[in-house]
Amino acid sequence: MQDTLKISGKDITNRLFIGTGKFSSYEVMKRALEASKAEVATVALRRVDTTSMQENILDYIPKRCNVMINTSGARNAEEAVRIARLAKAAGSGNWIKIEVVKDNKYLLPDNIETLRATEVLAKEGFVVFPYMSPDLSIARRMLEAGAAAVMPLGSPIGTNRGLRTKELVEILVKELSIPVIVDAGLGRPSDACVCMELGCAAVLVNTAIAVSPDPVGYAVAFSKAVEAGRSAYIAGIPCGKDPEPSSPLTGFLRNEK
Amino acid sequence: MSFYQVYAKNLGRALQTDDDLSLEAKAAMARDLTLRYFGRAIQLYTPMYLANYCDNSCVYCGFNINNKIERRKLSLDEVEAEARFISSTGLKHILILTGEDRSESPLEYIKDCIKVLKGYFSSISVEIYPVSEPEYASLVAAGVDGLTIYQEVYDENIYSKVHPAGPKKDYLFRLDAPERGARAGMRSVNIGVLLGLNDWKAEAFMLGEHAQYLQDKFPDVEIGVSLPRIRPQVSGFKPAYAVSDRDLAQIIIYLRLKLPRLGISLSTRESALLRENLLPLGITRISAGSSTLVGGHTQEASPDSAQFEIQDSRSVEEIKTMLYKKGFQPVLKDWMPI
Repeated sequence: MQDTLKISGKDITNRLFIGTGKFSSYEVMKRALEASKAEVATVALRRVDTTSMQENILDYIPKRCNVMINTSGARNAEEAVRIARLAKAAGSGNWIKIEVVKDNKYLLPDNIETLRATEVLAKEGFVVFPYMSPDLSIARRMLEAGAAAVMPLGSPIGTNRGLRTKELVEILVKELSIPVIVDAGLGRPSDACVCMELGCAAVLVNTAIAVSPDPVGYAVAFSKAVEAGRSAYIAGIPCGKDPEPSSPLTGFLRNEK
Repeated sequence: MSFYQVYAKNLGRALQTDDDLSLEAKAAMARDLTLRYFGRAIQLYTPMYLANYCDNSCVYCGFNINNKIERRKLSLDEVEAEARFISSTGLKHILILTGEDRSESPLEYIKDCIKVLKGYFSSISVEIYPVSEPEYASLVAAGVDGLTIYQEVYDENIYSKVHPAGPKKDYLFRLDAPERGARAGMRSVNIGVLLGLNDWKAEAFMLGEHAQYLQDKFPDVEIGVSLPRIRPQVSGFKPAYAVSDRDLAQIIIYLRLKLPRLGISLSTRESALLRENLLPLGITRISAGSSTLVGGHTQEASPDSAQFEIQDSRSVEEIKTMLYKKGFQPVLKDWMPI
């Protein structure tokens, strides 16, 4: 049976999601999406211009890709909700990545505002993907509110530092019944592979691919790493810890007659 | 020397690198940080001068009240004609400017212009005389999302010398304007120094401190800086301090390393070649297809009535082509009214 990620009735086979900002051109972005066979691309509504004769980023998203609009620029729940509604009205679909950032210094998300926006938008029928700091209680409430998945950050946006939040993401994977998609901070394909080995449902990468000297080649490398990590997770990863040679704590019991 | 002069100049010396190798190494760090946080994208905007009436006598400025230049302000029809022309180039971000004469360019006039401009642009910034917090809030309510206001020079002694008369003499009212704008709900606040009025090291240092203060205090506001060097204008003012291309590069590198998320704009005051070379060091926004004349996008006007001379007169299309060639994506729209 094929291993697919089911979200809102769609079967997604490639678990590498790609963000579309920061590329040197839409053309390069398009080639990276095509070469990596990505099936989900996030697009910031703030960058979409449907009103002028200029290039429209949406025209460069391959047909096979599901577009997930993000609310980049929103500073509170109300702004995120308005951006989501604008996106829907503009015909950009109903997959929404909620990004509420009040902190331009680190670009860390505001979990409380993100939860509030999730509650409103899920009720309105959006397929909601909240971008969040990996906090179990809030993640549970995102689930209750109707989020389709949660998107915890690996490390702050753009830092390429990898999965610094590993322990917390592992807890989310273990405890939540919805997909956990690591978003932000992944710099190397090996970072993505680790996420998938842990049981994450997918990863989202933007900066590392967009600013690589060869974005197309790097996107393909990420795609392969995601596939390898996923295959390893499904196959089952043997316990990495060696058994202790003796039983220092209970060995004395063996001497009991 | 005043406390300011001793303090800022001593610390400002840390900015200067005479050794080429270490400058190159810092430049590489600045480039990497910029790529990481802003990617290969450069936002484009253009200024639109609504009026050039001014009640100040800034010695370095073409709009100085004492300069005998043709004074005018655009009618709403003229604003619309300019808007139509600029938006046909694809730009969605506009910066509107007036001279600082409130009686000739009152807020109500500026808001009427904004009403027209909203039909054409997705982001409107203002560069006008400093106003109160409720007045900034009224501009936000009218559809403005960005505030640009330069202190020009942080050294108070020099400030009072180069601003001998007019409301702009009030150093503190201007210094606190960015903060009032941020509190009033501006999404982006852009500050700047006019390079050439003082030792660049002291001014760049103070600009960095001011930007950091704003960024710390208003984490949800995008803080940006501009680094205009004094350009020739009608009165023939000559800057007292030289600022070389190397100095300008050092300032950009210093600010990027200090504040990785800081927006840094580079205007058409600088030559095409220099702008292209400075781009990777930390620039995030550049102007294109600029004119510093009232109505200058669509009308003929005497070059004498310009605020200053521009050096890079390339069109939006030419700038876009240049950016693609240099490996950058021109971003024409990066916000919208929500």
